[in-house]
Amino acid sequence: MTSREYLIHNMRAAYARLWVRIKGGNREPQWLLAELIIPIITLSAYVFLYKMVNAPPEYAGFVIIGGTMMAFWSNVLWNMSAQFYWEKETGTLEAYLVAPISRMAILLGMALGGFVNTTLRAAAVFVAGILVFQVPMAVYEPFTALVIFLLTIGALYALGMMFASLFLLYGREAWHTANLLQEPIQFLSGTYYPTTSQVIPFMVQLLSSLIPLTFGLDGIRRVAILGQGINQVWPNIIALTIFTLILLPLAKKALDFMENLGKKEGRLTLRWQ
Amino acid sequence: MKALDDVSIYIDEGEIFGLLGPNGAGKTTLIKILTTLLLPTGGTASVGGFDIVKEPHKVRKIISLVSGGETPGYGILSASENLWFFSQLYGLPSSTAKTEIKRLIADLEFEEYAKTRMSKLSTGYKQRLNLARGLLNNPKIFFLDEPTLGLDVLTSRKLRSYIVDWAKKERKGTVLLTTHYMAEADEMCDRVAIIDRGKILACDSPLRLKEKLKENVIMKAEVSSVQADFGFLDHMKGIVGVSQTRSIQTNTTSLKVMVREERTFNDILSKLEKQNLKILSVNRAEPTLEDVYISLVGRGFEEENTN
Repeated sequence: MTSREYLIHNMRAAYARLWVRIKGGNREPQWLLAELIIPIITLSAYVFLYKMVNAPPEYAGFVIIGGTMMAFWSNVLWNMSAQFYWEKETGTLEAYLVAPISRMAILLGMALGGFVNTTLRAAAVFVAGILVFQVPMAVYEPFTALVIFLLTIGALYALGMMFASLFLLYGREAWHTANLLQEPIQFLSGTYYPTTSQVIPFMVQLLSSLIPLTFGLDGIRRVAILGQGINQVWPNIIALTIFTLILLPLAKKALDFMENLGKKEGRLTLRWQ
Repeated sequence: MKALDDVSIYIDEGEIFGLLGPNGAGKTTLIKILTTLLLPTGGTASVGGFDIVKEPHKVRKIISLVSGGETPGYGILSASENLWFFSQLYGLPSSTAKTEIKRLIADLEFEEYAKTRMSKLSTGYKQRLNLARGLLNNPKIFFLDEPTLGLDVLTSRKLRSYIVDWAKKERKGTVLLTTHYMAEADEMCDRVAIIDRGKILACDSPLRLKEKLKENVIMKAEVSSVQADFGFLDHMKGIVGVSQTRSIQTNTTSLKVMVREERTFNDILSKLEKQNLKILSVNRAEPTLEDVYISLVGRGFEEENTN
């Protein structure tokens, strides 16, 4: 098989996994409803809180962008990283591992499918939030906003791919770790408030700088709400690029390592561990 | 305890080879090693001429694995959607895949469920779907791990005959089958390896394995109590092996004894009568693969699973 044929083969596999995710994710409308309503309720609470304490009007915008991006983080954590755990429990993981494909193709398909599904939901939440709370937008550089958004997504899903390797082997333990990551990441990345504010302690700011979502949120808020441009957000772009470039090969290495370890220890397809 | 100990087998192209043994014998471990899901701690193995450790990708291209009792895909997708998805893992062009899926669905007789969600299929139809999934890539070597586990008699028979036809009439590939159903191994396999506690105890055609028992006498007796005590058999001479099946529903125990001489069995019957047990039936049995196992291990599958 030539490298071109190998690439086409893996692209087919990635597309098929993407297709399953989109088809499966939209087949039961009650899921869709819950995924739309719950984020709107959560971000409404924060918007009302800011209004009560007479915070500047752009804070409502910060919350809406934070809530929208949080949808991607939840997707990465629960529908992407944890997916191998479910595949193992339901028995489909064995079929993946016996097939002559790169595991990264499966992860890519999951990531793209999750991205498409979440974008539709996140866009609905974003538009509803902007319209309901009449948030003033000030986007002067839409391309810069798009670049930051895509880089954030790239870094987040690369992180998800890395976590997927943990789930591949550790299942239940990884599940607890993901639970542990949900709220702290939400807190540190400043989902509902800007981490650059002076009231945030230095240590929290330092820790938050280790999370790609922090740079993404900050960058998008600057470009979409504060009317800033590339001159102000280039450090965010560089940080997000570095995150993606480090996390993607790391995810591949972690996946290979965990698969090999699982094969040695006989735990790769062992269930209920 | 070693899961596999000094196992050495060679399977010819086009052969249906069975691994027969009780639960925990090492059958699944061996199949997982050969399908690249598990790394051996020692030794070498090659599948289709490719080393399973050094060339796993080449091995995966020519094999397929179907396990009994497994979910054949995503519950939210229909049977044909699931098959399309798996066909893409093997790089089949979509149009070829669709033709192949249609053919397999027709061959395995589940056209009426092709558009039914997988989660709504019965166990039997799920396994038909599983088998179709395994054949999508037209494997050169087909691994089947307990393929009829939990299936009813009719579905089991249907799947067994389909697999045999696929390998023999259509001459499409080699089959390595694991099972703990004696009749399945007897009916399907050209050769059978009997495995117990990680070791291969015998390997030959079912016929030749059974012929080796011709020098022994196999007797069956059914007694009228589920609590019958056969402890005395441990101390009797001339016994090759014993297997017993107790039925709480009928309050009976079936005893199968392999003896060197028929008169040993007469001694057994008189000892049973002394226990005031009613002997419901006695007959001489033709050797089966279970008897081969009993002669090698000294006990039946049932006892191993109970222990």
